[in-house]
Amino acid sequence: MHTQSISQLARSLRTREFSSVELTQHFLQRIKQHQDLNAYITVTEELALAQAKAADERLAAGEDGLLLGLPIAQKDIFCTLGVKTSCGSKMLDNFIAPYNATVVEKFNAQGAVLLGKLNMDEFAMGSSNETSYYGVVKNPWDTTAVPGGSSGGSAAAVAARLAVCATGTDTGGSIRQPAAFCGITGLKPTYGRVSRYGMIAYASSLDQGGPMARSAEDAAALLQAMAGFDERDSTSVNQPVPDYSAGLDNPLAGLKIGLPKEFFSDGLSDDVAQVLQDAIDEYRKLGAQVIDISMPNLKLAIPAYYVIAPAECSANLSRFDGVRFGYRCENPADLTDLYTRSRGEAFGKEVKRRILMGTYALSAGYYDAYYIKAQKVRRLISEDFKKALAEVDVIMGPVTPTTAFGIGEKMGDPISMYLADIYTIAINLAGVPAMSVPVGFSNGKPVGLQIIGNHFAEDRLLNVAHQYQQVTGWHQQAPDI
Amino acid sequence: MSLTADDVNKIAHLARLGIDKQDVESYTKDLSGMLELMARMGELDTSGVEPMAHPLDQVQRLRPDVVTETNQRGHFQAIAPKVEDGLYLVPKVIE
Repeated sequence: MHTQSISQLARSLRTREFSSVELTQHFLQRIKQHQDLNAYITVTEELALAQAKAADERLAAGEDGLLLGLPIAQKDIFCTLGVKTSCGSKMLDNFIAPYNATVVEKFNAQGAVLLGKLNMDEFAMGSSNETSYYGVVKNPWDTTAVPGGSSGGSAAAVAARLAVCATGTDTGGSIRQPAAFCGITGLKPTYGRVSRYGMIAYASSLDQGGPMARSAEDAAALLQAMAGFDERDSTSVNQPVPDYSAGLDNPLAGLKIGLPKEFFSDGLSDDVAQVLQDAIDEYRKLGAQVIDISMPNLKLAIPAYYVIAPAECSANLSRFDGVRFGYRCENPADLTDLYTRSRGEAFGKEVKRRILMGTYALSAGYYDAYYIKAQKVRRLISEDFKKALAEVDVIMGPVTPTTAFGIGEKMGDPISMYLADIYTIAINLAGVPAMSVPVGFSNGKPVGLQIIGNHFAEDRLLNVAHQYQQVTGWHQQAPDI
Repeated sequence: MSLTADDVNKIAHLARLGIDKQDVESYTKDLSGMLELMARMGELDTSGVEPMAHPLDQVQRLRPDVVTETNQRGHFQAIAPKVEDGLYLVPKVIE
């Protein structure tokens, strides 16, 4: 059961090959069996079985809908009414969300079944899932390696078939990088495409939720459920949502692919480069035209990001003050002590590092030199994308410089961890959509290809990924566990 | 540019963020490293460039000034660390 795609499962549920309750029990069983991966923070067994039962009734009544009765899992950043929503932090270890995120509401309305909440880096700050209060997630392809982050639990759960598909969020690569490390298909939509309401904020001008799935076809179905305008999110974009599955089969003949030379220079490991070349050759066979391009400002994406993201993080995380919800320290001496110790005792080191950085960048006397400067650099980076995407249909490149690194390998050196996000961060600054698609292996660990498109070109990206997946089998490979 | 331990303690105070004494040194080193990274932005001439606050250059939507939410005080306070008579309790601020 756990090997079927979303459309296959929808068919099986309709022909009564098995019920949603049986399918849900099967996945709950698998989650128990593979607890050692630590992909889930909370398993919502009772809720899942009740939702599955309700879905079976709706199915029996002849109701349509691809996600009806489908067991999915949510990154633990999406507020879920009545369920612990921890964001991977001690700060919210006791937080039972009093409302649903719009994304959760949308899945509920479609009758999807929630298996549980997935592990993640604390407040989505990290690239390895090692900053989670609930411990590191293991990469199902190699349990000594990290799954990537921050949506590490989502990627590991989908790869290990512990959910049909999952949600993730991406501020600087947090959907694409773990998707690459775990060999699954992940899509970061255009900024504003998926509602951020109820999605715990890290860096508000960069955060975007999106699907993490086994194939582009599944990701299209998932994005269809997630996307759309939301009045409750003031940065949500009011644009019609296309049918993401409609164009999947369009041929790629004549597709113009841009390869930025900055993506294929120093720092990219030889084994990853080779796998990517093979994938690009596959696109040539599909009739695509490959064009070398240059995006000179990409190299400044990391410095700009590490000003903007921490600055926004320091503002967003000021709400965690020990007063209204979340962790409060014991016996505070006065109000300042209450704030300082509650935050000091409940935030982990990476979150603290970013709050400190952001506070500094926004403090009097430094605001222009750092924050405004970074926003100017951001515009120049964004213009690089505009120029490139006027010339080509999609941009391709690596997602990560290497395959998944070892657990503990980079924890002592945060800056080298930041530098590894070199290929994903610029995309968030420009707000364009991008995917990670599995295109092969190196030493048994998956390699992802990044496909980047223009604002609101998610349908095109899914089409480009799907056509590759029609002629290759990398996305069907599953870890041997 | 590099920071001192005093700088880090001052920033932590601004953020009302408790940090362990034994970690001050590593934060000082990490933050100095990050500032070094950021200094690279200086290579780029950005004079005349408009700062970009929103990736689609949108401005925030305004909604009509009418009440849309119902009062859920009890519901929201159910998860608060300390409440009494519908009020959030904190240590005494004014003697």
